[in-house]
Amino acid sequence: MTNPTPAPIGALTDTIPGKPPRSKWVDVWHQFSKHKGALMGAGFLIFITLAVIFGSWIWSLDPQKLDIRNKDLRPIYTALWDSSAKVDIGHPLGTDNLGRDGLANLIAGGRASMAVGWAAMLLSLFIGTAVGVISGYFKKIDGPLMRLTDLFLSLPILPLLLVAVTLFRQPLRANFGPEGGMFILIVAVIGVTSWMPTARIVRGDVLALKEREFILAARSIGTTPFKIIQRHLLPNVLSPIMVSATLGLATAIITESALSFLGVGFPSDFPTWGKMLADAVPRMNDFPERVLLPGIMISLTVLGVNYLGDGLRDALDPRIRGR
Amino acid sequence: MLTFAIRRLALSVPTLLFISFAIFMLLQLAPGDPMSQVPLTVPPEVKEKMRQALGLGEPPLIQYWKWLVQMFWIEPQVLWDHMFGTSFAEGKLRVISWQTRSPVMDIVLQRIPQTLWVVGLSYVVGVLIALPIGIYSAYRQYSVFDQSGTFITMIGFSIPPFFTGPLLIVVFSVQLGWFPSIYDTTLVVDSWANFKIQLQQMIMPVMVLALQTTAQLSRYMRASMLDNLNQDYVRTARAKGLSEAVVVMVHVLRNSMIPVVTVIALGVPAIFGGAIITENVFKVNGIGQLLITALFANDLPMVMTLTFIFAFLIVMFNLIADILYGVLDPRIRYD
Repeated sequence: MTNPTPAPIGALTDTIPGKPPRSKWVDVWHQFSKHKGALMGAGFLIFITLAVIFGSWIWSLDPQKLDIRNKDLRPIYTALWDSSAKVDIGHPLGTDNLGRDGLANLIAGGRASMAVGWAAMLLSLFIGTAVGVISGYFKKIDGPLMRLTDLFLSLPILPLLLVAVTLFRQPLRANFGPEGGMFILIVAVIGVTSWMPTARIVRGDVLALKEREFILAARSIGTTPFKIIQRHLLPNVLSPIMVSATLGLATAIITESALSFLGVGFPSDFPTWGKMLADAVPRMNDFPERVLLPGIMISLTVLGVNYLGDGLRDALDPRIRGR
Repeated sequence: MLTFAIRRLALSVPTLLFISFAIFMLLQLAPGDPMSQVPLTVPPEVKEKMRQALGLGEPPLIQYWKWLVQMFWIEPQVLWDHMFGTSFAEGKLRVISWQTRSPVMDIVLQRIPQTLWVVGLSYVVGVLIALPIGIYSAYRQYSVFDQSGTFITMIGFSIPPFFTGPLLIVVFSVQLGWFPSIYDTTLVVDSWANFKIQLQQMIMPVMVLALQTTAQLSRYMRASMLDNLNQDYVRTARAKGLSEAVVVMVHVLRNSMIPVVTVIALGVPAIFGGAIITENVFKVNGIGQLLITALFANDLPMVMTLTFIFAFLIVMFNLIADILYGVLDPRIRYD
């Protein structure tokens, strides 16, 4: 006999849990941090957001200042291959045809684009979540609200955006000033036309959650519907909302740029990335950087947001997490 | 299935009516005045008559009713007359564009071939590129091909057409001089040389649009293939000794195509809307460009009709997608 007594079963000897239970968000972060692209995307998004918010304090040139003597400067890197290019160390990304500084404009334009993107995304999330939760929770208005969602889904979005923006430009500009009015208008039209996917996803989740025991328990102790939604339903539908938030941010930024590109966006002296790109297209043969820089900024931001969304979807899905 | 199709078809009528009504009411709020270009020397009573002639004097509801009658009663008659040489629509008023004073549908019909050629071809090209990429990257999941495919589709998602368009123009028509930057719609393809020119001018807009389609579809194809590759029937097919090509290309592919086909159908109207920007960049005078010019010229009947056509396409292709899904997948039963 070499081993007369078998070792006691490990689980039976444990009196306390070996490790403290891990919270859900630690797990989510663990999964998320494995996704290199998502990490890079999130990093870039944070970087670009900070850069457009605080950039104007570090690079304090006024983006609107006309400096006609220094117009049409090239970015300093063009001096690397073209020694005859007009460059100036004071304008690292060159100037445009009116002598406005490229870097300062890029920062100001980014601020407008990101502000529109975030605001429109939040608005569409708010509408989408409200419609989704209400139609999922209250059976009576489920039918009408879902018909409304279907109706909005069958609207031609880009043509309607163009129609709405051209129609309401004048009155809103008169009331809120040219920039403020345009901001409200663009955020509103993008928000109002992009909430439908969120609403559908949230409704589906709420319908499933509603039948679970903890909701029944909450209702049986007399919790009001509003409290149930606030305390039990919303935290549980947070993950699909976060994923559709990233998608919404990407579409909102692209839609705003597209509107600006088609010439129905912000007024001409107010830079946004899409506007800068559109203005630079006629002379892009001589000054390709004026198209490239804002275009690359839009593309990189949207790429970062999309990768972030991809990583979030993997991290927030409990079926994938932990594998 | 037939009852489902009929029910959906019947339901799409009120949907379309409501959409057209909403668009009409939205356009009623338009601040512009079609008489603003008329010289100030024209006396007000003449102006009033001109407004009446444009159909503007009536209350909005009657105007809407007249648009409905023109669009759904008189326009089909015109089409009928055109095809069979009858004269039902003789002397009846059609939807008239304020810009050109000619019937809107005539202009739309002139513009549709350009859009269909460029947009339709780009969609076909996009689908043809996307399917093999999706299939192969699912089959070799996490391989180098899959990783780079994912990266490229992400880029395709993220780069907007108003950036890729000018970029391609700079590289290929300005620097290299291979392709013209403006799409020439007057070109008649009657010889080999002209065919070559047509091909050259189509490559760039088609590529810009196809990039978007490819990015979306290959993701769907990959996800759908991945879902099916782990199923039991695949193991069975392999176990009974079928070759790998038959397993993947016949068994798995046919099942994976079900959701992809519906996504392809759903994307058709979206590409019409998305083509607005591409048509603008490459100066293709299709219906997207027509909508933009009509909007800026305050040509409300044209805007109304075009937006309605877009809405009609969306509703119809949603219906087609739903029916296709039911036809292709016998597990789906709608009734």
